[in-house]
Amino acid sequence: MQLRLRVNEEVMEADVWEGSSLLHVLREDLHLPGSKNACEQGECGSCSVWLDDELVCSCLVLGAQAQDRAVRTVESLASRTELHPVQEAFVRTGAVQCGFCTPGAVVATVELLLKDPSPSDDAIKEALSGNLCRCTGYAKIIDAVRLAAADLSQARLDG
Amino acid sequence: MDVFIPEGLEEALEIKSRRPDCVPIAGGTDLMVELNFGRRHPGAMMDISRIADLRGVRADDDAIFVGAGVTYTTLIERFASVAAVAGASRTVGSPQIRNRATIGGNLATASPAGDALPVLACLDAEVILGRKGGTRNLPWHAFLTGPKANALDPDELILGVSWRPTSGPSAFSKVGTRNAMVIAVASLCLVLDEARRSVRIAAGSVAPTVIRLPAAEEATRDLLDAADAWDDPDAVLDETKLAEIRGLVQAGVSPIDDHRATAAYRRHTCGVLVERALRWALEERSAGSGA
Repeated sequence: MQLRLRVNEEVMEADVWEGSSLLHVLREDLHLPGSKNACEQGECGSCSVWLDDELVCSCLVLGAQAQDRAVRTVESLASRTELHPVQEAFVRTGAVQCGFCTPGAVVATVELLLKDPSPSDDAIKEALSGNLCRCTGYAKIIDAVRLAAADLSQARLDG
Repeated sequence: MDVFIPEGLEEALEIKSRRPDCVPIAGGTDLMVELNFGRRHPGAMMDISRIADLRGVRADDDAIFVGAGVTYTTLIERFASVAAVAGASRTVGSPQIRNRATIGGNLATASPAGDALPVLACLDAEVILGRKGGTRNLPWHAFLTGPKANALDPDELILGVSWRPTSGPSAFSKVGTRNAMVIAVASLCLVLDEARRSVRIAAGSVAPTVIRLPAAEEATRDLLDAADAWDDPDAVLDETKLAEIRGLVQAGVSPIDDHRATAAYRRHTCGVLVERALRWALEERSAGSGA
């Protein structure tokens, strides 16, 4: 089928198999491999994207369901020259080991901080409960979220 | 595979009448797993996630209606004051899953472990089914016919659920290996109907379908009557009677051994869950909310 959707503010079209997940469409048809394919069952969160501003697992969205809708992926976060503050915080705290879960964890963190700029530790854990990491033991990811929250609120004060 | 993207309910029901084999997809949190793993190969699918008629929540004095396409994220927001609904919804999956998964999907999948189902059973909910030219309502127990089986006809869509509001506190309690992303090993919902002075208890993951536990309901009502607990929030409950209620719940369920837990563990858990839910509901009473 011919699929047309807006991805990261750009209208894109592709001829896709009707049974494809949005994740498959993004990675294989639209050549945006930032969202990772790990579990294909919504367990791991490494394919997290925004669909019409809602955080979703793109592996659980039928590609056709994104017809005429807006998708935002991890690729939208960094500019050509600068990382997003959340990405910067993940680097600085060493929250990245193998890196496979990182795009999903970064996207989920950006979503959390949009809704709750100064999250409690419990709020951080709940917000990242759909993102599995098998390397870090999560402590450094939680550090990264705390640091990103502090950096972003400082940036707003400086703003 | 044919894909349909109806904009409205009438169009969707028309498609269903013409193509009963057409599989509706909303949140996709169950269905896409089947597709991704090649376990299902539908001849046709339709996206019902953009149909506004399926996404509404309406409440008046007599009835509450929740559209089949309402997500758990929305249920948590809209039913913040109904502990059983908000609590059960919050135990579903993760934020990503709750943003997509719908109450209609839980009914369609009809898993004995569906987190919304003990709540619907406690609320005596009706499931509203639609086909081109008509609708019908089925009580939850007539709709859920077995493990992963329901009474939906091939040309029908689940339109939503409705229930009569009750006045009084409620609670949902669930056991699994994590707080998130977990299918219930056992779950239990309890509703105290203060106006009728009756108690409703339903359990999930411990029988072929979600079940109500009438003997435990009566015993709990008797316990609250005897302790004058309906009127006195500080009433002390009789420990012997509480143990009897745990036993009645454990006797009323028929769990199985599977890869998630043994039947014996599930049976034990149900006793813990009923006491926990009762205490939570009684603690909530001073807040004075209603379902």
